[in-house]
Amino acid sequence: MPNSYTTKLNTATGKVDLSHGGGGRAMAQLIDELFIKHFDNDLLRQRNDQALFTVPAGRLVISTDGHVISPLFFPGGDIGSLAVHGTVNDVAMSGAKPLYLAAGFILEEGFPLADLEKIVISMAAAAKRSGTPVVTGDTKVVERGKGDGVFITTTGVGIVPEGVNISGDRAQPGCAILLSGSIGDHGVAIMAGRENLQFDTTIVSDSAALNSLVADMVAAAPADIHCLRDPTRGGLATALNELAQQSGVGMIIDETQIPIKSEVKAACEILGLDPLYVANEGKLVCICTADAAESLLAVMRQHPLGRDAAIIGEVISDEHGFVQMTTAFGGRRIVDWPVGEQLPRIC
Amino acid sequence: MKYISEFRQQDLAQQLSRAIVQTVDPDRHYRLMEFCGGHTHAIFRYGVQDLMPDNVEFIHGPGCPVCVLPTGRIDNAIQLAERPDVILCTYADLMRVPATGRNSLLKAKAGGSDIRMIYSTQDALKIARENPDKQVVFFAIGFETTTPPTAVAIKQAQAEGLANFSVFCNHVLTPAAMQAILDAPQPVAIDAFLGPSHVSTVIGSWPYEIFAERYAKPIVIAGFEPLDVMQSALMLIRQLNEGRHEVENEYSRAVTRQGNQKAQALVNEVFELRPQFEWRGLGLIADSALKLKAGYADFDAEQRFNMPAIQASDVKGCECPAILRGAKKPQDCKLLGTVCTPENPMGSCMVSSEGACAAYWSYGRVRG
Repeated sequence: MPNSYTTKLNTATGKVDLSHGGGGRAMAQLIDELFIKHFDNDLLRQRNDQALFTVPAGRLVISTDGHVISPLFFPGGDIGSLAVHGTVNDVAMSGAKPLYLAAGFILEEGFPLADLEKIVISMAAAAKRSGTPVVTGDTKVVERGKGDGVFITTTGVGIVPEGVNISGDRAQPGCAILLSGSIGDHGVAIMAGRENLQFDTTIVSDSAALNSLVADMVAAAPADIHCLRDPTRGGLATALNELAQQSGVGMIIDETQIPIKSEVKAACEILGLDPLYVANEGKLVCICTADAAESLLAVMRQHPLGRDAAIIGEVISDEHGFVQMTTAFGGRRIVDWPVGEQLPRIC
Repeated sequence: MKYISEFRQQDLAQQLSRAIVQTVDPDRHYRLMEFCGGHTHAIFRYGVQDLMPDNVEFIHGPGCPVCVLPTGRIDNAIQLAERPDVILCTYADLMRVPATGRNSLLKAKAGGSDIRMIYSTQDALKIARENPDKQVVFFAIGFETTTPPTAVAIKQAQAEGLANFSVFCNHVLTPAAMQAILDAPQPVAIDAFLGPSHVSTVIGSWPYEIFAERYAKPIVIAGFEPLDVMQSALMLIRQLNEGRHEVENEYSRAVTRQGNQKAQALVNEVFELRPQFEWRGLGLIADSALKLKAGYADFDAEQRFNMPAIQASDVKGCECPAILRGAKKPQDCKLLGTVCTPENPMGSCMVSSEGACAAYWSYGRVRG
């Protein structure tokens, strides 16, 4: 039987206080009237400290991701939708079908309940769209000044289909490198939302769950996909360097083949950033056999999240593990690991 | 992207490349110093060297403001930032520049100092207005390009009576550095210069005429886009072939002979020459840097905080000084890539994206 409370949770003008994390009735009410209300699903409604479900025999993947983004609301998304997409994508990059999510909220005392509700509604919508319900969770409240509004950690589990063997150490010389769409949208959208950077832009974050795109790709060429990686923090350059290092190979990419929106290019030019290092939250890099590249590209382009997909380069053997780029100018350069953060806290 | 992509076009680059190959004298070696870090960055980032014949060599110059700042001035800034009443505002490039004792502004910030990365002097003024109980110091660095905005901020602070704002001035002058390179006791073999672009928008092209004349060195004011660099190289090669030594202006879309006189007047109103200033790599150079004039002394952080002159030594083995003079190349340094990397820089040239070592390490290493 659900608890009954004398007054409803004030999501109009109320604020998070320490009692919301104290384990008492106030916390139960927050869970009931905010989290269960919006995340609504059978497993969560059981109100257990864990979610129990049956999985088919096979290989299970698990991934976790902490989200500490500033600002919490940005063009094209918010910390709630991002917390779902980030983890769904990390699970999907193994080729898996993501099944369920768990969410941990760290709330700062004084955080407006209206904002929290907006975040939870957005998160619930993202979970629904991606078919990965939030089935268990946790809430903690920290004193004012010890958090930054809200931090969300999500953990996801998924099942890897038979015959799929995707891992960052499987890039081989001769493989093709595919990219699902334009780079840098998320990072630039976040920057435009920062108060100390005064510029207006129409760019919105690309934050999206990629599991349905991955499902289409895996269904089309299960054995040909060697690596998948979502180029989030550190951008495309970092993702490629990670894969090159894990696999002990080099790469050569062609700058003219990398899709970048002109608004993103312009913003990067003004801010002195290299779009190759700017974060994405709805893109993936795929390394596959050269033979399958064209057909896989066609499959990606059929999907709304892969419409602008392109073959951007190939894996080569290189004892140094360099990622090189033929520049649009006609020269050649290294695309190195990034140094430090181009921006603090973008995911 | 209008006005940017036009200067990065591959077909034009190929045409220029062919023109350069046809123009060079195969029996001659051309040593062109690109003065600015902006040029160095463009050469590496776009792979310009790949489009040049082997006998055209770029020698990286000292025009990287972060690189030429001596360690002692960073130590000064850290000491200032460590004061509990101070908020230090700085451009982000300076954060990782090594200071004495493996320190840096980034480490000082992690240690609790209030150091803010800003994008313009206006941000520093805003922070000063919002924190009247704090001393807000702007760590001003750069060549003539960044000096006018500092002058504007100082005048604004004076007009507003913003008493908690001050400037730690490290603005330096380009012609003085060029002279120091040419007058060095063991001068580096340089045939010609790609002259500063953004700096010249402010000071104009005339200040270089004396070098073209007196030292018989061709100078071409060169923009920072890769096609600018190639076009300017071609212009220099032609001058050398023809035995001319003039100041020519490739960057005519932004630079005039006289420069931006309004900006110059503003700078002259607020700043005056220091008798001498220390440059990393080039040592003490007379009349090479600016300080606040007496009328603006209230906003001079060096006076307000009675900042000491700090003599600091560079890391042993670091070749930044020789690299900044053009005497060595990044790959000549034994520390490069072994103990000195962008993540763990030993010298300033590995920090800024305009630094020769960082550009070489991040973009050019593949050539070995």
